[in-house]
Amino acid sequence: MNTIFLLISLTTIASAIAAMSLRNLVHCVLCLTLTFVGISLTYLQLSSQFIGFAQVMVYVGAVSILIIFALLMTRSGHELTLREWRPMHWVWGTLITLGLLACLGLSITGSSISGKVASPEKTESVKALGEALMQEYLIPLEAMALLLTVALIGAALVALPASHHPPSSKGGTE
Amino acid sequence: MMVTPALLPYLLFSACLFCIGLAGVMMRRNVILILAGIELMLNAANINFVAFWRFHPGAEEVSGLIMVLFALAIAAAEAAVGLALVISLFRHFRTTNPEQMEQEVPS
Amino acid sequence: MWFEELLIAIKASLVLKAPEGLRPLVSAALSTMPILSAFGGLFAVVTLLERKMLGRIQNRYGPNRVGPFGIFQPVADGIKMLTKEDIVPKTADHLIHFLAPLVLLVTAMLGLSVIPFGQKLVAVEFEAGIVFFFAVGGAAELAVFMAGWASRNKYALLGSLRAIAQMVSYEIPLILSSVCVLMVTGSLSLTEVVQAQSGGITSWFLFTPWGFLGCILFLISTLAEVNRSPFDIPEAESELIAGHMTEYSGFKYAVFFLAEFVAMFAMCALTATLFLGGYHAPLPVLSIIPGPVWLFSKLMLLVLLFIWIRGTMPRLRADQLMEFAWKFMLPMSVINLVSTGIWIALDGGLLGWLVTGACNFGAYLGLSRWLADHPNHRKRVYRYADGPINAA
Repeated sequence: MNTIFLLISLTTIASAIAAMSLRNLVHCVLCLTLTFVGISLTYLQLSSQFIGFAQVMVYVGAVSILIIFALLMTRSGHELTLREWRPMHWVWGTLITLGLLACLGLSITGSSISGKVASPEKTESVKALGEALMQEYLIPLEAMALLLTVALIGAALVALPASHHPPSSKGGTE
Repeated sequence: MMVTPALLPYLLFSACLFCIGLAGVMMRRNVILILAGIELMLNAANINFVAFWRFHPGAEEVSGLIMVLFALAIAAAEAAVGLALVISLFRHFRTTNPEQMEQEVPS
Repeated sequence: MWFEELLIAIKASLVLKAPEGLRPLVSAALSTMPILSAFGGLFAVVTLLERKMLGRIQNRYGPNRVGPFGIFQPVADGIKMLTKEDIVPKTADHLIHFLAPLVLLVTAMLGLSVIPFGQKLVAVEFEAGIVFFFAVGGAAELAVFMAGWASRNKYALLGSLRAIAQMVSYEIPLILSSVCVLMVTGSLSLTEVVQAQSGGITSWFLFTPWGFLGCILFLISTLAEVNRSPFDIPEAESELIAGHMTEYSGFKYAVFFLAEFVAMFAMCALTATLFLGGYHAPLPVLSIIPGPVWLFSKLMLLVLLFIWIRGTMPRLRADQLMEFAWKFMLPMSVINLVSTGIWIALDGGLLGWLVTGACNFGAYLGLSRWLADHPNHRKRVYRYADGPINAA
């Protein structure tokens, strides 16, 4: 196992654990952003540059900002989240997580695909990606465009305040 | 000069991230951080896709990356809608603690 | 070509002198150090140039005390910034307060790594180079939020949220107006984009109808992305003191300043690469002069344009700014995309020029006419205590 992958994966897992367990919510989101960057570095190591950079652009540049804005708009940024400390929740949660991790780990290591060591020299070609999107996957692409439009309009509508008066024009019209 | 290791470490890495995201969803007391945990789980699944694409022998196959592109976009849309819902919930219940969001039964 | 080959030969010989294991590291360091030092020096020159030019526009001399024509002013500024006391508010979030200017500087400098400065003179060769540039540009917004949040100052937070809203709004016209160049070139790599503009000034993308509109939109979006006038609400003193940079003093403020200027240089270099032919000379006979010289002169031309705009135009209000982005620039960049598609389908030529030019110009006229009829833009009626007075 080479050192770069070890470094990236350990940093990502550490920041993910920090993101899920810190008390200050803004620190949580910033650690989550670091996790996203670590995942993008994993994509780069798997030689898919476009997806790695798209991950940074979408997650670090947009989704993190969204979460931060939502935190600030619901005024959760200034308060600690663990007001009611219930240790049994955490104990059970950790046990279930470790159990699931053990299940997944055993099934992964026990399966036949884990023996794949010979990695072919596969490089990502953005041209092939574009052609696939426009020829074979055109209908899913259009469906996703529709989905994004609907999500945009829907999110704006849902987040509007209940009583929304259009602003009166400046200076009046008398 | 990046030497790609075997497939197994990547699968274990993504399993770890998935479980950490799941832990966050189960244990956090704030709906926004539950959504963040869901995003983390989606990302872990995306790592799996990219790893399988990389280790696929066919040189012309891009369907793994297409899946990742679509999952990325859909996750972003879902985050936007989910956070809009959270803001709307906050306006109604004045709290982001899911245990305190109890709908009164109309009598 | 001789300059580029000379530089590559020097770098190769220096790399060979290093021990075997350290060669990749030495190679990377030798690629990045000239770029960083060149742009650092350029930053010092441009701060002085900006102050002199603004002074001339405002009918006064700029700084002229610290040396003949004020040449040593940047040195004096540097000494001042370094020796100022570094005040951090007691309730500030110290770690994030410390990291925010660093993250902003790192993302600004990372953008410089994919720009081709000459034939084969790119720091990092990516197949998806331009996506990398926009990705790190998007990561800069996070640094702005970190700065505003960590200061624990309501006004700094408000300023940083407004700055983020501005940067996010103008990121879309920025990316869309560069996509039309990528459509014509057929590749995401910046070296390919520059190669497609080789062969003299007539093949630069600026001198095509879609390229002209795209360049103008790109330049306006660049002004907004780096928070420069007339889009400098986040850093205008009369607005929110210094916005997200309020609680920073001394060297950290200098790092913010440096980051903003380096981001401006990176975006100007990207504009020159996408629309102005990159490192190619206007006439083939002039290619004796090395490529980096041409790129830097185009970059300085754009920087002078930015300084000129700063000295001339008044500042936009926050809602005017957002309205301009979403109601004018976004539809214009989408229409530019469509007309670029028409250009590619008609394969250039006279018909392509006519149709694309008519499409762009007609869109501009129609959109601006439609927006000018908006009730917010009509003449104002001012109300005073003794009855309304029409602003005739």
